[in-house]
Amino acid sequence: MAQKPVDILAVGLQKQYGDIRALQGIDLSVTHGERFGLIGPDGAGKTTLIRVLCGLIRQDKGTFQVAGLDGMRSIRTIKSILGYMPQKFSLYPDLTVGENLRFFADLFHVIGAQRQSREERLLHFSRLGPFWKRRAGALSGGMKQKLALSCALIHTPAILILDEPTTGVDPVSRREFWEILRELSDRDGTTILVSTPYMDEATRCHRVGFMNEGRLLATDTPDNLIHGYPYRVIQVHGENLFPFRKALETIPGVRSVCALGEYLRVSTEKTDAVVHAIGDRLTHAGATGFRIRTVAPLLEDMFVNLLESGRVS
Amino acid sequence: MTAETRWAVETHALTKRFGDFTAVDNVDLQVHKGEIFGFLGANGAGKTTTIRILCGLLRATSGQASVSGVNIMRHPEKVKPLLGYMSQKFSLYDDLRVIDNMIFFGGVYGLKWKPLKQRIDHVSGEIGLHHLLNRQVRGLPTGWKQRIALACAILHDPAIVFLDEPTGGVDPVSRRQFWDLIYGVADTGKTVFVTTHYMDEAEYCHRVAIMYQGRIVSCDTPHTIKAQSGDPTLEDAFIRLVSDRIRQEV
Ligand SMILES: Nc1ncnc2c1ncn2[C@@H]1O[C@H](COP(=O)(O)OP(=O)(O)OP(=O)(O)O)[C@@H](O)[C@H]1O
Ligand SMILES: [Mg+2]
Repeated sequence: MAQKPVDILAVGLQKQYGDIRALQGIDLSVTHGERFGLIGPDGAGKTTLIRVLCGLIRQDKGTFQVAGLDGMRSIRTIKSILGYMPQKFSLYPDLTVGENLRFFADLFHVIGAQRQSREERLLHFSRLGPFWKRRAGALSGGMKQKLALSCALIHTPAILILDEPTTGVDPVSRREFWEILRELSDRDGTTILVSTPYMDEATRCHRVGFMNEGRLLATDTPDNLIHGYPYRVIQVHGENLFPFRKALETIPGVRSVCALGEYLRVSTEKTDAVVHAIGDRLTHAGATGFRIRTVAPLLEDMFVNLLESGRVS
Repeated sequence: MTAETRWAVETHALTKRFGDFTAVDNVDLQVHKGEIFGFLGANGAGKTTTIRILCGLLRATSGQASVSGVNIMRHPEKVKPLLGYMSQKFSLYDDLRVIDNMIFFGGVYGLKWKPLKQRIDHVSGEIGLHHLLNRQVRGLPTGWKQRIALACAILHDPAIVFLDEPTGGVDPVSRRQFWDLIYGVADTGKTVFVTTHYMDEAEYCHRVAIMYQGRIVSCDTPHTIKAQSGDPTLEDAFIRLVSDRIRQEV
């Protein structure tokens, strides 16, 4: 199999703001047609990394390449190749939905049949069609976000960098949006680097990088990341379990307990003794009618684990 | 007017039009006191508009609404001290310290200096903000800003808080911690009226309403909503309910 070209390459990127070390040596490579997800807690450095790669701020140390072009020498060409959607994208509030879309289509010389098919696809995702003539300023928060996404996707750049694109977007449109991203990379070969606070979105990427405190702590496929989860996840199902979560936290071998609707998710050492202890403790605390079973870990469990092991060291 | 009622929020045929567009369409809602009530819906469904009406920030076109037993159409000014509001674009003063923000918001709600100081101390303990009080807001991670905004919204000890997408753009760990706080707030007897697009956290609510194009299409416990649609998660149930509506239109 021929090796795919690397579209985004970072080597030893560092960036400091005052005494905050936002990037502490980032090595990253994203290959052609790959969907690469960046996850990590607030303030991990995701936005800083993205801004460096888009040439909006300059790193203190390290180098990077985009589409084989050097990040220092060819930043103007890079900017013209990249599609970038910042966390806070500004629309023109006095222009209508249609005018905003057309404005960006003109800006990127998207014309004719291509413009029409793009517009249709994007309106299907955003459901903004009925609001074509509404001023962008009078849209709801999520509608504005979807219009911004549509403006960013009206042209098809070879490389797309998106910073938390779906904040405020409802579940139905969020799913549609990821369908578009999937088409762009799997069908058209667009390379996508996307940061997200949604673990289910990260799971839809080919590879995921977990960032914390300016470092990439783990980079792998979602499956491999989940597979490396060192604990067992036990799910307790029943009504009104929330008050009992504290009672479980003190059981030896329990790593963490979190409530999820009707469930308690408990991460434990891999011993059966813990499972028994959980049942005993719940019964003792007065819980009734609950069921306990072992379930597969999720990317979110891995996220919590990476974050906590990072904090300890 | 201050008659005892078991409803924290009660609306009848609440309607809001912008020109000839109906953003909130005949909404009937009843929220129990002390409940964590999730207000869900597609983008543009009318959630923020409804909340702004209930907070006395926007006039309804028609219909009735009361919050904590006070009729907001007749006594909008009497409602404000009874509620806290954290908006979708919550605004803190970035260049001020955390404590100055709290003093400012306490002042807005007319708290006098001494009780204000006591409340700041109390709420900082509840929300776990003591160590941050002297920090400037700018530069704090989003998760912390959200907590500070929550603290500001409950400083005047309201009976009900309206939180409009309090956890937008926040990482999974901070979201869990924020929901622990929401449960803490509810434990002190306050009603929490909260919107979110994260269906996993909507599962934490006692009851949820799902809104679509200005109307409530479903209102029940997450358990019942899932059972009725036969879906394993609230996200699946939500997508099914909303997609069904979308299909009916085309
Ligand atoms: N001032 C206004 N003029 C015209 N239309 C408006 C105005 N304010 C809101 N709307 C419209 O009312 C509808 C409901 O908006 P609202 O902000 O209440 O939605 P929402 O449910 O909060 O959505 P989101 O999930 O995106 O935050 C939208 O179609 C919006 O465009
Ligand atoms: Mg809203």
